[in-house]
Amino acid sequence: MEQTQYELNKGLAQMLKGGVIMDVTTPEQAKIAEEAGACAVMALERIPADIRAAGGVSRMSDPKMIKGIQNAVSIPVMAKCRIGHFVEAQILQAIEIDYIDESEVLSPADDVYHIDKTAFKVPFVCGARDLGEALRRINEGAAMIRTKGEPGTGDVVQAVRHMRKMNAQIRQLGSMKKDELFEAAKQLQVPYELALYVHENGKLPVVNFAAGGVATPADAALMMQLGAEGVFVGSGIFKSGNPAKRASAIVQAVTNYREAALIAKLSEDLGEAMVGINPEEIRLIMEERGQ
Amino acid sequence: MRNSKIGVLALQGAFIEHEHMLTGLGAVCTEVRQPSDLQGLDGIVLPGGESTVQGQLLHKSGLFAPLQKRIADGLPTLGTCAGLILLAQEINNPDTDSEAQKRTAPSAHLGTLPVTVRRNAYGRQLSSFVTEQTVTGIGNCPMVFIRAPYIERAEKNVKILAEVDGNIVAVKYGNQIGLSFHPELSESTKIHEWFLSQCEYTAFSA
Repeated sequence: MEQTQYELNKGLAQMLKGGVIMDVTTPEQAKIAEEAGACAVMALERIPADIRAAGGVSRMSDPKMIKGIQNAVSIPVMAKCRIGHFVEAQILQAIEIDYIDESEVLSPADDVYHIDKTAFKVPFVCGARDLGEALRRINEGAAMIRTKGEPGTGDVVQAVRHMRKMNAQIRQLGSMKKDELFEAAKQLQVPYELALYVHENGKLPVVNFAAGGVATPADAALMMQLGAEGVFVGSGIFKSGNPAKRASAIVQAVTNYREAALIAKLSEDLGEAMVGINPEEIRLIMEERGQ
Repeated sequence: MRNSKIGVLALQGAFIEHEHMLTGLGAVCTEVRQPSDLQGLDGIVLPGGESTVQGQLLHKSGLFAPLQKRIADGLPTLGTCAGLILLAQEINNPDTDSEAQKRTAPSAHLGTLPVTVRRNAYGRQLSSFVTEQTVTGIGNCPMVFIRAPYIERAEKNVKILAEVDGNIVAVKYGNQIGLSFHPELSESTKIHEWFLSQCEYTAFSA
């Protein structure tokens, strides 16, 4: 991938900032999401909560189903491929997807290597639990980062943990002397140049969203106040009582994430939130996939 | 001379990038999220992002009517990409049967700029590109196009400032500037300098 394309890909993520990216499984859901104010949709066959419930191997979605969603909306459409499954990524690029999520939500296809994302023209977003993971994915060519959280749980605790950890590590790098960065880069298992970028700029070189377990307007605003530049909502919307209303409320909460009075109003009468499960109750920990 | 106070519509999208550019040039920026944020502005930037999202939030925030009036009354305005779409009187959606667009456009948009804009005119992300072109009155400018629109048709009194491959990508109409590309994503500050000079001139002549 040439540098210009990478800049364009990072640029598209910049345009998504301050927005909500919603998981959808049908063209109808995609339209509900767009009308509620989603800045992009993630097309997938099953939302993470159902992937959890179904068990078994979870793969890239049927390209026909993805194309149906591409035709239904005018906003960017993303889709997931398995970690390390570069052929699924090639297929998604062939159908002109706007963004690929190399995602731990699906079953990993490679337990050692991630996809060499620099070999693609299409942009990638990847999950990360800390600064090291984030910078390794960026080094592989990711143009956008999101926290992993723990998808399909409706529990925001891991997303909070990951966002806090990443930002704490960014502040640590920023406060170091330049000659200490060599060792810091080694500890983080990342290239020196990326550690230097974080040291000098106090942020990741790409946009950083929150993902995994966001279920309410308050959750979304919490992640924004913790430093997220936007929010992915997976199971939280279409597993809830009133998807359209909840989606619209989360969109407004992300824009006005410091306005508690407004978020209070937005949180009224949303119907049932997704039931959710606690991390101790689940057997499959997705965040540990691909490090 | 005092520093211009520029509002940057901060509902969704790449608004920080504009703020960095403008503060670097000496302007004072304020993020616009509600009607009261419009007070005392010398100019406003409508940034890139998703126009469907921004259009809906304009209505939900109560900004729509007061912002529309300020722009129509001559507040200097720079709309980039999604911002251009928000300003346009007519919108053309080529590649989709999107209900949200059909139903809301153009009433969801400010409609203060008499042009017809084609959304996602170049296609999906794989067709995004960078080029360089002369903008009338400014000179050569790098242009970053991301899932960009272009202007299909402009009324006679709209000044066309730049074209790329025969398609209009920059216009001026009164105090409104509409661009299909992202000057805030390139190194060049020319467009923002030019916009600030328009804001200063307007404030001075008022």
